[in-house]
Amino acid sequence: MDFRWDVILNNLPLLFRGVSLTFQLTVIAVGIGTIIGLVFALMRVSHFRPLVWLAKGYIDFLRGTPLLVQISLVHYAAPQFVSQLLGRQTNWPALISAIIALSLNSGAYIAEIFRGGIQSIERGQMEAARSLGMTYGQAMRYIILPQAFRRSIPPLGNEFIAMLKDSSLVSVIALHELMMAGRVIAGRTFRPLEVYMAVAILYLLMTMTISQFVSYMERRLGKSDQSD
Amino acid sequence: MIRVTNLKKNFGRLEVLRGISCQVEEQEVVVVIGPSGSGKSTFLRCLNQLEAATEGQIYINGVNITDPRTNINKVREEVGMVFQRFNLFPHKTALQNVALAPIKVKKIPPPQAEEMAMKLLTRVGLEDKAHQYPDKLSGGQQQRVAIARALAMHPKIMLFDEPTSSLDPEMVGEVLEVIRDLAREGMTMVVVTHEMGFAREVGDRVLFMDEGLIVEEGPPQELFSSPKNKRTQAFLSKIL
Ligand SMILES: Nc1ncnc2c1ncn2[C@@H]1O[C@H](COP(=O)(O)OP(=O)(O)OP(=O)(O)O)[C@@H](O)[C@H]1O
Ligand SMILES: [Mg+2]
Repeated sequence: MDFRWDVILNNLPLLFRGVSLTFQLTVIAVGIGTIIGLVFALMRVSHFRPLVWLAKGYIDFLRGTPLLVQISLVHYAAPQFVSQLLGRQTNWPALISAIIALSLNSGAYIAEIFRGGIQSIERGQMEAARSLGMTYGQAMRYIILPQAFRRSIPPLGNEFIAMLKDSSLVSVIALHELMMAGRVIAGRTFRPLEVYMAVAILYLLMTMTISQFVSYMERRLGKSDQSD
Repeated sequence: MIRVTNLKKNFGRLEVLRGISCQVEEQEVVVVIGPSGSGKSTFLRCLNQLEAATEGQIYINGVNITDPRTNINKVREEVGMVFQRFNLFPHKTALQNVALAPIKVKKIPPPQAEEMAMKLLTRVGLEDKAHQYPDKLSGGQQQRVAIARALAMHPKIMLFDEPTSSLDPEMVGEVLEVIRDLAREGMTMVVVTHEMGFAREVGDRVLFMDEGLIVEEGPPQELFSSPKNKRTQAFLSKIL
């Protein structure tokens, strides 16, 4: 059996462009997702029922439906809806759809991560802060969230890795991230074995690098567990 | 200074406080004793509205704190609280623990707040631990930082909920010493404690609580040596 290294080597620039886009998409999605997640986590732990329900609805919907369906909703269904609303043809590029869909999705998972982090802080912390005259917001900002963030780092690392892999799904809307690059090259060269092996290894290299980085961060924060 | 009238507190169907009325005068030290589950902590936590009262009124310096229109954060600045489990902020140093609320709540400039925090830590004998994190401190040291933290807001009233109950015996003394000093300086205090010797020594008045009611009250000598109520007698005979 022959393994055509040249197929991989000849297409390295294309593959690397895919790696770059995959990585950028993931960073942006998890970045925006962190902000969305923080907002929904705060709503979820608030004592105002309508906010709690809204947050629950958002989180349940995005965690309970396939990402592939969400991507299709954003890229195909939403433009049609907006077009009818505005009465004229509206579209947006696949890149925008991908960022929106991935951010909304990771926002839901990150909201649950932060909620877990916030709820793992013992009740006495909030009470001590409030007993000193701090408002709920001040207590959250200065006392609860800094501790909750620290505890959220390992699961956030996992979410980053999950998002990196799941971002391969945006290849269905023809965005040239790593998976799409693989499909294009495989189609052109008729060498799926070499191409998809290379794609898999590139994903693996990325996820391994990230998990190394996360455990390094954990160790650093673990050592000086209290420092700011 | 504190006036409580017919205070009731329910947790769901459980009636924990069933009509408490009492008064605490300025500079008075009131000690609250009673069996476990009698509602001592709940009573104390109602006094700064960590628990909302179900019924009844609580006036602090003439302000009705059970009125929903009262700015409870302002009231809490005047009422310091010390917890059984310290509840120091683990991500802040001792000094930061003490200086944080003055900086964020009272908007005191950080250098000034830290200077004051340092003075307070010195006062509780912990100036050399100012830059340590709570998990590097012993229980007794943590509780002294917690007292300094509460004092940093310059409260007019201090509430203590079993401040020595989670301490190893050899550390109880150092914490009681700090509270004793406060009493001597004339701080108004409500102290829940199982330390009867301490209650006798610093208490101006003792309240005995059982099943959500103040069953008996009086000066410590009287209440400890000749309790009138049967339940007080039973309780005291068990612990003295
Ligand atoms: N948040 C709460 N929800 C439900 N029940 C509660 C709550 N807090 C206290 N209780 C109940 O109220 C009763 C009185 O509790 P409290 O902590 O005030 O007693 P205590 O006198 O302080 O007892 P201890 O000496 O053990 O500290 C107990 O039966 C307790 O289980
Ligand atoms: Mg108690």
